[in-house]
Amino acid sequence: MSAAAGSATPASDEDHFRYVLRLADTSLVLGQRLSEWVGHAPALEEDLALGNIALDLIGEARLLLAHAGRIEGRGREEDQLAFLRDAPEFYNVALAEQPNGDFGATIVRQALLDAWQLELYHSLTASTDERLAEIAAKTLKECRYHWRFSCGWLVRLGDGTAESHARAQEALDALWRFTEELITPDALDVRMASCGIAPPLAVVRGRWETRIGAALGEATLLQPSSEHYPWHGKSGVHTEHLGHLLGEMQHLQRTYPGVTW
Amino acid sequence: MYTQALDSSGAEPGSPASAGEVERERRFQERIDRDEKIEPKDWMPQAYRQTLIRQIAQHAHSEIVGMLPEGNWITRAPTLRRKAVLIAKVQDEGGHGMYLYSAAETLGVSRGELIEQLLAGRAKYSSIFNYPTLTWADIGAIGWLVDGAAIMNQIPLCRCSYGPYARAMVRICKEESFHQRQGYEIMLTLARGTGAQREMAQDALNRWWWPSLMMFGPGDAESVHTAHSMRWKIKRFSNDELRQRFIDLTVPQAQFLDLAIPDPVLRWDEAAQHFITGPIDWSEFQTVLKGHGPCNRERLGARRAAHEAGRWVREAAAAYADKHRDRVGGAERHVQTV
Ligand SMILES: [Fe+2]
Ligand SMILES: [Fe+2]
Repeated sequence: MSAAAGSATPASDEDHFRYVLRLADTSLVLGQRLSEWVGHAPALEEDLALGNIALDLIGEARLLLAHAGRIEGRGREEDQLAFLRDAPEFYNVALAEQPNGDFGATIVRQALLDAWQLELYHSLTASTDERLAEIAAKTLKECRYHWRFSCGWLVRLGDGTAESHARAQEALDALWRFTEELITPDALDVRMASCGIAPPLAVVRGRWETRIGAALGEATLLQPSSEHYPWHGKSGVHTEHLGHLLGEMQHLQRTYPGVTW
Repeated sequence: MYTQALDSSGAEPGSPASAGEVERERRFQERIDRDEKIEPKDWMPQAYRQTLIRQIAQHAHSEIVGMLPEGNWITRAPTLRRKAVLIAKVQDEGGHGMYLYSAAETLGVSRGELIEQLLAGRAKYSSIFNYPTLTWADIGAIGWLVDGAAIMNQIPLCRCSYGPYARAMVRICKEESFHQRQGYEIMLTLARGTGAQREMAQDALNRWWWPSLMMFGPGDAESVHTAHSMRWKIKRFSNDELRQRFIDLTVPQAQFLDLAIPDPVLRWDEAAQHFITGPIDWSEFQTVLKGHGPCNRERLGARRAAHEAGRWVREAAAAYADKHRDRVGGAERHVQTV
């Protein structure tokens, strides 16, 4: 894999920690969003599927947070990292924190992120961070199932009724501006690629664009133009939605500090 | 689960139409008396079928509506492990609903029809789910008490005379006992925690205790259908018998938690070898059953809202399937069955 660059420069622990948090936080925040659907989905089968995906994502987040905590070496465990950081210290991509909207918006958000995670974790199985490579191998299997679900629904909604097509297109138009962040490297991505912990994002970009392009074609949806405001969720600059999501998620840990649940 | 012995409406065994009918009923009853399982294609009296449909549908609806009060805490679960366990639990309940709707379908009624009845307010579900979940301790109390009461009701149903229902119950009971232990473990953690956590646990027990006892349905004297259901082996123990077993099992569990059962006259009767509780407030039960409980509107409202909001999605799936029926292997390769 391209991730294992020949002339690797060692990563600083701070970089490494932050990079693993990006991965963890994206799964955690997306899992939290999907879990809001439980009990409210369009049919029982979709209720169970969305819940299963949420469970997978939270499971991935737990592994990654524990790994990040070990890299950091300050004794922080998964729950301290999940419940006791504020929004600017979260490094998930901003797309993950966008509200569920209707089922169409949830599916569009999910498909865009599933395709990205699928390609990213595929590359991360060759990471020079062996623990990360192990987690990636497990996660990759889950990503395949998630993509099957979200791509299947994207196609059905896009190519279903006039109403479902319009709703899916509207969601795509609204969310597309958050995709640039997924595939454009920042300084940390570049440093992680140079030491072989992460793949060069250009590789992920190419595969993601191909995958999404094909799915949108099959769904008869139009790819929106790429003019965008550059979001930097992965550097801790978020949309207004994340603070509310965390307020809800962290409520008990914040109200009763230091107790065992 | 959450079968609640509602026993308050539905078909009465009618008078048999002919001598042939009488004979068939006699042979049917003999099969039941021999503990044979009745299967979907077998002849069965209309009243047996209707009683089962009503009971299985109420049970299925209870599983689905029961997802809501616990789902209310998924986004606020206090740790990631608790969150994952709670999501999985609520998923299990949805799965129980699916098996039970499938069991009902073997009797000739579709899931769609049953859900329409629920949303139209014409079907019942266990009234316990019309109570609110106000703190995290309620998640513990529901697992401990509500799943606990459900198990008590359901274990005998694993030997119910109708095969598909009995088999569904075997699978469901295994998961319910897991839920019960998880709930108790939440209570134990809170009870051994800080003062605030103990208060939270006690408050939850105070609110859930009596509604849990009501889950077994009205007392035997008021229970309309018990006799027929017993004869058909759809029901194997009376409401009061099951309730008493639950009380005898649960009171020592509360003592182990060092929490007080909210019943000033609760006592151990040495002669009877039972815990004797104070009187149950059946007027509260009737109020909730008639739709005036604390959350009846919210629960049914949430189910209706999800159904309505999902309509365009279900229509899209149907339209897509129609368009691509001839082209299987094309776009449909991605698509899972709706
Ligand atoms: Fe259940
Ligand atoms: Fe349960």
